[in-house]
Amino acid sequence: MTARPSRLREKAEVLDTAGLDRALTRIAHEILERNGGAKDVTFVGLRTRGVTLAQRLAAKIAAIDGTSLPVGTLDITLYRDDLDMRGAPVVRATDIPFSVKDKTVVLVDDVLFTGRTIRAALDALIDLGRPKMIQLAILVDRGHRELPIRPDYIGKNLPTSRRETVAVRLTEHDGDDRVVIEEPEEA
Amino acid sequence: MGWTRKDLLTIRELEAAEILTLVDTAASLQEIAGREIKKVPALRGKTIVNLFYENSTRTRTSFEIAGKWLSADVINFSASGSSAAKGESFVDTARNIAAMSPDVVVVRHSSSGAPALLARELSCAIVNAGDGAHEHPTQALLDLLTIRERKGHFEGLSVAIVGDIAHSRVARSNIHGMKKLGMTVTVAGPPTLIPPYAQELGCKVSYRLEDAIRDVDVIMMLRLQQERMHAGLIPSLREYSRYWGLTLDRLAAHARPDVLIMHPGPVNRGVELSPEVADGPYSVILDQVAKGVAVRMAVLLLLAGGRGATEAHQ
Repeated sequence: MTARPSRLREKAEVLDTAGLDRALTRIAHEILERNGGAKDVTFVGLRTRGVTLAQRLAAKIAAIDGTSLPVGTLDITLYRDDLDMRGAPVVRATDIPFSVKDKTVVLVDDVLFTGRTIRAALDALIDLGRPKMIQLAILVDRGHRELPIRPDYIGKNLPTSRRETVAVRLTEHDGDDRVVIEEPEEA
Repeated sequence: MGWTRKDLLTIRELEAAEILTLVDTAASLQEIAGREIKKVPALRGKTIVNLFYENSTRTRTSFEIAGKWLSADVINFSASGSSAAKGESFVDTARNIAAMSPDVVVVRHSSSGAPALLARELSCAIVNAGDGAHEHPTQALLDLLTIRERKGHFEGLSVAIVGDIAHSRVARSNIHGMKKLGMTVTVAGPPTLIPPYAQELGCKVSYRLEDAIRDVDVIMMLRLQQERMHAGLIPSLREYSRYWGLTLDRLAAHARPDVLIMHPGPVNRGVELSPEVADGPYSVILDQVAKGVAVRMAVLLLLAGGRGATEAHQ
């Protein structure tokens, strides 16, 4: 994550409410297709919006396939590689009330940027057990990777410049469902 | 609220929001104890020194486990069997340890204010693990975490702290914390063991166990600190136990059915707590010990994680 400038201006809307929902529906179908159904598939969302997206994907799969898949919450603060560059860490609970051992874990996050958060998430997840496979589902891939990490499911590929910010807004947290690009306001 | 302090010396100096930051962080870290592999990399490469000038089982062990679960290197130093026994002064010993660049020094000492003295002398983070009859902040934090988990909140709860209040650093830290979080505190014990400042701290005072435990949400029993007591404060252990020992009969007759029984340990069974009470269904004593590790992880993480105290304050 980059330090956010204090004032941001909305530059463009990338996904509207219907577009965001269609992207999630497509990803849900792709997860079922790739895994030959929902057997042994579990979701782990990254705090905070990844968890909400994981719950929505699970709901979509329940609607398509009738299978109710478990959703866990992962907080990666203790695994960050930049702890020393930030203030005192804010840790919130990891809550994965099921075993990941021998399961296909679909890791869910809202935006994929440098890949460092996902690197930390992979370490955190593997500390909890040995999944059979980990797949990565991302709503927006904005590029600028600093690590060799590639998502399996992508809602939208979005070329951005580093000074821009991608904001995923979800009803549960922000009051509406949309994805926008923001940029710092010029002085 | 973010954590910005270099040291954790007292509960008295903390804001309610800072206490909640510590308790919330500890609550989040509890999950690690249930893992198959109990280790996270957050404090990799950090060094923690346990500098203990007084006996301790729970506190030293739990700081050591907490540090190790966070991947820090933990070194234990106890006054016996060290250069302190050869006549080196406290500050000299500490300076020597500081020369080895630890990130955190956890200190327990029989003199009140020893950790504050170190905090001024050394640039690394200092944690007070109990100083004389002054404060024991991590014990109060784990008591608060236990209470919140059982009762769901702090505001409006009532607590009776019973026993040797005057010599108890646990009581003092808890009183400060509980008052800041909106709880009502009654201290109870023989008049010789109730300190004169109890009312100044905003506590009610009671000289009868039966009155003190009536209608409270939490009863915290304390040990008689005979090592800090000069003669003549109580007539005899037997008499103390007769008037101030918490037995099943007294509980059933006077306390609420959902009361929590806490004790910071070590328990003197048959003195302040009867064994049936210590091991009974209301007792959360071992739960307190388990929470101790989570609380100490939270303290170490907030002080040494992030752009640690060491760098920020140099």
